[in-house]
Amino acid sequence: MNIDQTHLLSEILVLLSVCTALIAAFLSLFADYFVKASRLLLFIPLFASGLFASAAGLTVLSGMPGFVVELPLGLPWLPWHLRFDPLSALFLGIIGIITFAVSLFGPAYVREYERGVYSQTVMGVATGLFVAGMQLVVLADDTYAFMIAWELMSVASYILVAYEHREAANRRSAFLYLLMAQIGAIMILMAFGVLSGFNIDLSFDALRASELSSPWSTIAFTLALFGFGMKAGIVPLHIWLPEAHPVAPSHISALMSGVMLKVAVYGFIRFTFDLLGDPSWRWGVAVLIIGSITALYGVLYALMQHDLKRLLAYSSIENIGIIYVALGLAMIFFGTDHPHLGLIGLIAALYHSLNHALFKSLLFLGAGTIIQRCHERDLERMGGFIHHMPWTSLFFLIGCLSISSLPPFNGFVSEWLILQTALQAPAISNGILRTLIPIAAAMLALTSVLAAACFVRVYGIAFLGQGRAKRVRHVREAQRGILAAQGVLAGLCMISGVFPTTIISGLSYITESLIGQSLISTTRNGWLWLTPVSPEVASYSAPLICLGIILALLAWGVVYFVSRNDWRLKSIIRKDAWDCGFGSLNARMQYSAISFSMPIRQIFQPLFNIKEELVNDHEENQVSKAKQIRYGLHVKDMFWDIFYLPVERWVNVVARWVSRLQTGHLRHYLAYSFFTLLVLLWLIT
Amino acid sequence: MVDYLSPISWLLALSQTVLFIMAAPLFVNWVKRIKCYLQNRKPPVFLQSYRDLRRLFTKQLVLSHTASPLFRIAPYIVFGTSLMAASVVPFIIAQVPAAAMADAIVLVGLFALGRFFLALAGMDVGTSFGGMGSSREMTIIALAEPAMLIVVFTMAMVAETTNLSTIIIHTLNSPLSLRPSLLFAFTALVLVGIAETGRIPVDNPASHLELTMIHEAMLLEYSGRHLALMEFAAHIKLMIYAVLIANLFIPWGIVTDTTFINILIAVIAITFKLAILGIILAAGETAVAKMRIFKVPTFLAVAFTIALVGMLSAIILEAD
Amino acid sequence: MNSYTDLPLIEQAILTLSALVLLSSFALLAQSRVIATIKMFAWQGALLSVATVLVASDTGEHHLYFSAAMTLVLKVIFIPWLLIYQSRRLGILRDFDAVIRPGITLLIASALVIFCYSVVEPIQQYAASITRDAIALSLAVVMLSMLMLITRRKAITQVVAFMALENGLFFAAITTTQGMPMVVELGVAFDVLVATVIFGVFFFHIRDSIESLDVDQLNRLSENTK
Repeated sequence: MNIDQTHLLSEILVLLSVCTALIAAFLSLFADYFVKASRLLLFIPLFASGLFASAAGLTVLSGMPGFVVELPLGLPWLPWHLRFDPLSALFLGIIGIITFAVSLFGPAYVREYERGVYSQTVMGVATGLFVAGMQLVVLADDTYAFMIAWELMSVASYILVAYEHREAANRRSAFLYLLMAQIGAIMILMAFGVLSGFNIDLSFDALRASELSSPWSTIAFTLALFGFGMKAGIVPLHIWLPEAHPVAPSHISALMSGVMLKVAVYGFIRFTFDLLGDPSWRWGVAVLIIGSITALYGVLYALMQHDLKRLLAYSSIENIGIIYVALGLAMIFFGTDHPHLGLIGLIAALYHSLNHALFKSLLFLGAGTIIQRCHERDLERMGGFIHHMPWTSLFFLIGCLSISSLPPFNGFVSEWLILQTALQAPAISNGILRTLIPIAAAMLALTSVLAAACFVRVYGIAFLGQGRAKRVRHVREAQRGILAAQGVLAGLCMISGVFPTTIISGLSYITESLIGQSLISTTRNGWLWLTPVSPEVASYSAPLICLGIILALLAWGVVYFVSRNDWRLKSIIRKDAWDCGFGSLNARMQYSAISFSMPIRQIFQPLFNIKEELVNDHEENQVSKAKQIRYGLHVKDMFWDIFYLPVERWVNVVARWVSRLQTGHLRHYLAYSFFTLLVLLWLIT
Repeated sequence: MVDYLSPISWLLALSQTVLFIMAAPLFVNWVKRIKCYLQNRKPPVFLQSYRDLRRLFTKQLVLSHTASPLFRIAPYIVFGTSLMAASVVPFIIAQVPAAAMADAIVLVGLFALGRFFLALAGMDVGTSFGGMGSSREMTIIALAEPAMLIVVFTMAMVAETTNLSTIIIHTLNSPLSLRPSLLFAFTALVLVGIAETGRIPVDNPASHLELTMIHEAMLLEYSGRHLALMEFAAHIKLMIYAVLIANLFIPWGIVTDTTFINILIAVIAITFKLAILGIILAAGETAVAKMRIFKVPTFLAVAFTIALVGMLSAIILEAD
Repeated sequence: MNSYTDLPLIEQAILTLSALVLLSSFALLAQSRVIATIKMFAWQGALLSVATVLVASDTGEHHLYFSAAMTLVLKVIFIPWLLIYQSRRLGILRDFDAVIRPGITLLIASALVIFCYSVVEPIQQYAASITRDAIALSLAVVMLSMLMLITRRKAITQVVAFMALENGLFFAAITTTQGMPMVVELGVAFDVLVATVIFGVFFFHIRDSIESLDVDQLNRLSENTK
């Protein structure tokens, strides 16, 4: 294939992926008329879209060139520019893979909505537009196209979050989400405006070329940090995440948590490293601090939740924090003239984006399976799923292992890369940075161990043990489509964990196009060893570790098969569990989710806003005869009281003050117009 | 790196790992014997730990009605990760080929993998004991990890690598120096090691009282060969920490040039170092009482502070 | 990193002792029992006298040997004995002065050390290496003692914190200027001694007035609240 044809391949694939997403939306317009076929109308085009998007991503990340194109869409003097370079390719690939998995999951899952009161058309159209919007965001090469696609993405996801709108709580959560999305969009727009130097030309090429003086570039960066951060969910702008993600249908939660947050990260990376250019190390310190706080906050709150989807939402906040830590480290190293070290940080951030998309979507799809099977979202009522849903349990276990950063899964590789980047801190001459970076790395270590604790809790309470409520004791295994979706994601988690060198060589194209350098030392000793800085400094061989673990499991298999025939080792007696002689243990006596996290709650108490309810009604004068005993613990997000409610009060105060202008008298309004006219005339002179 | 990937070095590494595994129960037994001497009790026979393991291996398995396949696989995964961690730690020969596969951070990750499955196994049966053990274990480990990481950072700052073999060779090659950072890192690693291996004052390995056991609580339902594997894995973990403390900070005696005489010297040296460490551990366990669970965060905060002062010394005092 | 191993062993020992003095400051901050505080102060004094001996033999300034002896006699033996004697007479020896939120206090202490290092960094180019690093640590010891002054409630621990502050200044003096002139040294030592005796006398008077040695209650001594 010559150059022209390879160009053409990626163009065709991208065009097909966007068009099939739009077709999915269009076809779903008729979903309410063909209820039986509504699932096919939506999910088959989405499946195709996912496939094409992943293929497009793969082509560019394996070295083939992308494209730049100017479309005649949009306004006559403001055409749309689209660019497909390696950075877009990675994120388009992420969108594609997760869309593919969701389209396998979706048909079996949405069946129950068909018999419900909510419209299938709305769900289908919104899903298609959501996916199309996300794809267009990563393809956009000028502000106009970017903002239209961004708004399309936000509004479509708002419709999906508000899908079950008959509950007031859902409407409130959706409104909060929409409000924060719009504020973020305004900040992003202002960031682009500042970056363009207040010129007319808003295409990204013009933004790249613009040179800003120091205070303006910091203002542009701050606006972009908070604008994209509001969508990504950094603390303190995260409050919408734990409200909105649980409320949406589970496959949409997977898309939002797995993909939409990454699109926000894409926006931030594109703005800082591509459009703005040289990041200053001071910005890097701010991003590092914000990332560390976000990560620790997210995981601590995740440990306190007993609603499974809210827990996963807080865990997403944690992982976004980790990505920002990696980006902060990259910016610090770039800003202090160590670009080859900053590269490792950037690659770690991109790798973690890919990893998080994979395992978070897997976990949300698993949560969706549980919800579909037993209609239960509360961890306190779950238990023992491993006996009834073996495959779902296996895939969820792989998701938990990946998110807890355990070798040989993918979460560990990105974590290891970030720690190796932080370890290069002594290369910097500034003493304060040399102290700050290891402390941030220690916070990152604390975060990852707390995440492991969190997912031991989730898996142990939900899948192991015995069912705590009657409803969950009789679940059945999920349908094939759902299992296939989870299996694909679990397999990809394992592949990206065991073959990091392959993935990194793909990611190197991104750094080459953004910075102009690529990580040549990564595979200096061959594909088997990952050596980001140099082989003497550190190396990690994921395939060999995986081999070791497989050998351990094989040893079990051998012992198992040998012992099946050996009479001495064969018989396994099944008895009751140890009960200390008290007898009659029941499922309610197990550790609950709240009790599992009690020590951590005690240690980090000042950070939580804890509300305990204890109801202990007993017969008069007979304490041992209880009429009603209930215990509930709810942890409210502390930022409501210290940040959002004060902001709301302040906004109300200002609004009341401004509303004094609305006097209701006609003469006052005429006077306003008169004075405005005077001022404008004076300005012209 | 190419020169020590030869079959001879892999064979040596394999035999070193086997020796390591075989010596682990002996080390635990040594500690038990010294404790008995100090507490005026009759000590167990020298090979008692091996006899315990053999006895457990031949016993019949008793599983709870609610035990799942994960319960049955977990001992193999825990033992397997301990085995792999043992192969990464330089025991007699400094240059271990597996060190290129897994550096200090991966070692910590391997422990974390074993611990994850141990905690899940604790929650599997569905009783309060296992849940309590898992909950407390994960909390204690969460607080110990930052200190551990700062210790790794300090050593990596001094030796400019996280590869365990390279750190040891760097210490051997550089002239004898008194570095405050390594002194503090040593202390912090001892404290973190006590927390991670579950010794007094953090956890009592001999207790089976419901409210005082952490590690034992997670193993409560295990029997037969599963229990043998879990106990063996715990012995190996203690041995790994002891060997790390001995070899990373006082590496003299370890083999850099593989000859028969050097190996003999190294075996004697490591035996001597481990014997001293065992006596110190036993004396410490006898002198100090087990702490309440909510005093353990203070203990680990002390370990973190010492590690942090060590790292600050490395940056402030030892850099240019 | 390599230049550290080029330093002679004695200078490495001095740096190690400096780090141990910093650690003893942290430990002093973390003690909650009065008797443990006084004993930790004695240990800090012992470390300081050993450090002084080492600096004396390294630089050849013989008056530092006298300095070390004086530190040993005063700060390791006499003042702790005096404090324990007075505390026993006041009946406060076995008291607890709890550290409020030990975790946060330790974190703030670490941040202070980093801050002191950042303050001292510009002096790098003007001083020989060993002294520049030790200045940062001695400033950190002073800062940690002041933190202890702020966060403790009982008068006796505040006195110990004040002494630790003086320790930090002494430490800065020996490592940077190879000791203060002997006259200044004796003067400061006597001042500290007199301060201890006077504190002891005042303790009795304060306790007789307001029946408590809690510094938060000292505002009861003022005329308006009588």
